[in-house]
Amino acid sequence: MALEMSGEYDLPQKREIVWRALNDPAMLEKCIPGCETLDKLSDTEFQATVKLSIGPVSARFKGKVKLEDIDAPNGYKIVGEGEGGVAGFAKAQASVALADEGEGCKLTYKAEAATGGKIAQLGQRLISGSAKKTADRFFENFVEALKEYK
Amino acid sequence: MSATGIGAAVRRKEDQRFITGSGNYTSDITRPGEVRAYFVRSPHAHATIKKVNTKAAEKMPGVVAVLTGADLANDKIGGLICGWAITSKDGTPMKMGAHPAVAADKVRCVGDAVAVVLAETLRQARDAAEAVEVDYGVLPSVVDPAKAAAKGAPQIHDVAPNNMIYDWHLGDKAATDAAFASAKHVTKLDIINNRLVPNAMEPRAAIAEYDQGNDALTLWNTSQNPHVARLVISAFVGMAPEHKLRVIAPDVGGGFGSKIFIYPEEVVALWAARRVKRPVKWVSDRSEAFLTDAHGRDHVTKAELALDANHKITGLRVHTIANIGAYMSTFSSSVPTYLYATLLSGQYAIPAIYAEVDAVYTNTAPVDAYRGAGRPEATFVVERLVEVAARELGVDPAELRRKNFVKSFPHQTPVIMAYDAGDYDASLTKAMNMIDYKNFGQRKAASEKNGKLRGIGFSTYIEACGIAPSQAVGSLGAGVGLWESAEVRVNPTGSVEILTGSHSHGQGHETTFAQLVSDRLGVPIETVSIVHGDTDKVQFGMGTYGSRSGAVGMSAIVKALDKIEAKAKKVAGYMMEASGDDIEFKDGKFTVKGTDKSVGWGDVTLNAYIAHKFTGGQLEPGLKEGAFYDPTNFTFPAGCHIAEVEIDPETGKTTIANWVAVDDFGNIINPMIVEGQVHGGIAQGVGQALLEGAHYNSDGQLVTGSFMDYAMPRAADLPSFKVDTTLTPCPSNPLGIKGCGEAGAIASPAALINAITNAVGHENVPMPATPSTVWKAAQGGMKKAAE
Repeated sequence: MALEMSGEYDLPQKREIVWRALNDPAMLEKCIPGCETLDKLSDTEFQATVKLSIGPVSARFKGKVKLEDIDAPNGYKIVGEGEGGVAGFAKAQASVALADEGEGCKLTYKAEAATGGKIAQLGQRLISGSAKKTADRFFENFVEALKEYK
Repeated sequence: MSATGIGAAVRRKEDQRFITGSGNYTSDITRPGEVRAYFVRSPHAHATIKKVNTKAAEKMPGVVAVLTGADLANDKIGGLICGWAITSKDGTPMKMGAHPAVAADKVRCVGDAVAVVLAETLRQARDAAEAVEVDYGVLPSVVDPAKAAAKGAPQIHDVAPNNMIYDWHLGDKAATDAAFASAKHVTKLDIINNRLVPNAMEPRAAIAEYDQGNDALTLWNTSQNPHVARLVISAFVGMAPEHKLRVIAPDVGGGFGSKIFIYPEEVVALWAARRVKRPVKWVSDRSEAFLTDAHGRDHVTKAELALDANHKITGLRVHTIANIGAYMSTFSSSVPTYLYATLLSGQYAIPAIYAEVDAVYTNTAPVDAYRGAGRPEATFVVERLVEVAARELGVDPAELRRKNFVKSFPHQTPVIMAYDAGDYDASLTKAMNMIDYKNFGQRKAASEKNGKLRGIGFSTYIEACGIAPSQAVGSLGAGVGLWESAEVRVNPTGSVEILTGSHSHGQGHETTFAQLVSDRLGVPIETVSIVHGDTDKVQFGMGTYGSRSGAVGMSAIVKALDKIEAKAKKVAGYMMEASGDDIEFKDGKFTVKGTDKSVGWGDVTLNAYIAHKFTGGQLEPGLKEGAFYDPTNFTFPAGCHIAEVEIDPETGKTTIANWVAVDDFGNIINPMIVEGQVHGGIAQGVGQALLEGAHYNSDGQLVTGSFMDYAMPRAADLPSFKVDTTLTPCPSNPLGIKGCGEAGAIASPAALINAITNAVGHENVPMPATPSTVWKAAQGGMKKAAE
């Protein structure tokens, strides 16, 4: 894949709670930026609609979100792939790892993303920034939502 | 020379229309009841099409139909073809994969059409296209021509194993190998000729209309050659018989080769118009143009030059991998072969040349002719080799060239071409004087004082234009003859209409062709109109490309004018009761030889039609003649461009300080238009050398797909050119014309890269020589100098 990102976050909750949140469709729906719907197909597979804009191209992507390589409560890989019609397609995957740290836990992620079609054609210079921003926003949302999470 | 005759700098007649917004382009045309077409295109470079679901789209507001590749196949609409057959070394024919106008089973590049939506408005069509669901099975892709034939590379067309279309060669391998074996010095270069996007100002467009009553189709499109479009769409695509298909190419805003070819969208427009029984209009947007217009160049080359102890070139050996893209476009096979390797002798007497060309499929847009087509690639190879050889030998690059120039004509090269006329020394000498070559050292020293690097580079180029003698190209695999046709219609009141098979899309034919008529018939230029671009009006035509409209198109007009003059003399003879043989025609007046009896042009044209003076039926009424002209040889424009650059080694920015172009185009009809062609050509060549480069990432996505990422040359990138000419008339056509449309683009990249490499002292400066590339080379050059 074309693009790689990584980051880490200190989370204010215990690892077990964070792990539960990471597997909670309601949390994912709330935290995936632009997520309009997230329907559970199975425990590890969801149907999603996500609105994304990169540079001049804005589109609604329909696709699947899957959880793979599940290693409870230490981490998993979250894989998303969506078709945006005329705008093209977007693919992303992030490996998420959790470790105890003091009162809370530390989340680290490594993500890859690729795009095709019109988004790749027009948004090339903006893709890396947009992808990083989208990843950051997901984890920022997640940290924020965790404060209330039980 | 009259004020509007041959050689006069007449202002372009068509510009009144263009600069006042009164042009008539395809997208300006609206047909009653038309629907708009919008294509659903593949976002994947290589994928199987598992399913196309059009149901939701069909229910969207305003949608008239949604058509797929399966529908196209059901209607038995044929695929697009490449019209020039190339044979591999082993005698096997080139391996051409199918090219359906809408993909049915598999997409092979990003932008491949998978469906077309027809709706009442463009917006509705676009919205409905969003609702077309395509299920792709994504396959691995290959975009780099150097990797396309490698073991394990994704297979693009089943008919072409290892993606190899042909491995072709030209020249004498044994003689060339012998020249290298006995060479005193060998210069070697690895060259990438960068891929370009043509970017004509007007994007492509097509409107198709079906006349149910006559079962006939009309296509308005942005074509450089409407008759060839009609032939291919009729004979190969099988859309309609030729006499039931009319193709009209009205005003066209630039082509540069990219509008020669027959494209899927115009085929789809015709097919769809007949299916829905309403006119169908498609206009490309700029994003589609980047993805779907045939790109140019894209060669990977290894080249070697052999020289003897006296610095005479004894041999040239070239191996090139040419990227053809995902499908073979109309003339794609001829560009890296007969338009490339045949020009590898340059302006030099080289006894032995051997060229090998591998043409490969990749998951990229098709590649075909772009301004110069093969000849810029050849010139770049030859002129870089010669310049580098001079540097390696420590001799003046101008002197090395002079020593090896062809000096007597005709000259038969080892690669097919027979140069008919030229004086390469004259253009080199003139260019060196114009740029004040002898004081270059002083200017370099002055630049160095300011912390800048200065360099100078030559390009003594040759091209083969006036394309082309039909028999010759037929023997080399062309599927068509390359003559041109013209018809001259003289009206009773004396005005003249020229119907030509050439097509003007920026060249100024409405002016230059009228100058020819004004000169020949002595009539005011305002009374001459040029009709082109309509298969129902113009008898036949092969169109405009390869700098052929002057040398071939105007020669056809000359032949028709010869017939007009002969007939008009007969009419004048009847009027003055003299034999036609005794009539002289000069300055628009017919005179009985040795008398003061004369009649004027208007009297003769009127009498040709009232026919009151003709007796006994020996002379047909009317004054209208047609002609076909088939050239006897290519023409060989040649010249010398010298570029002088100043480079800031801190930023890598290249400034073109000086540019001299001295071209030998043979006789010139309109020097102002010729100069404009030279300016435009150099601008495109500078674009290739400094700015432009189409780039696909490893997933096959075109990442230089808009003007945000693909840099076109702008006025500020270009200097004020010093342009002049030398003259050896072309012996093989009646006007002595060679052609000028491509020279600038052919000559300039080599001159500029030679200048940059001279400045930085480092030969590894790939195109486009962007500031970052030049900066790296400058650092490397300085390091090398310090060692």
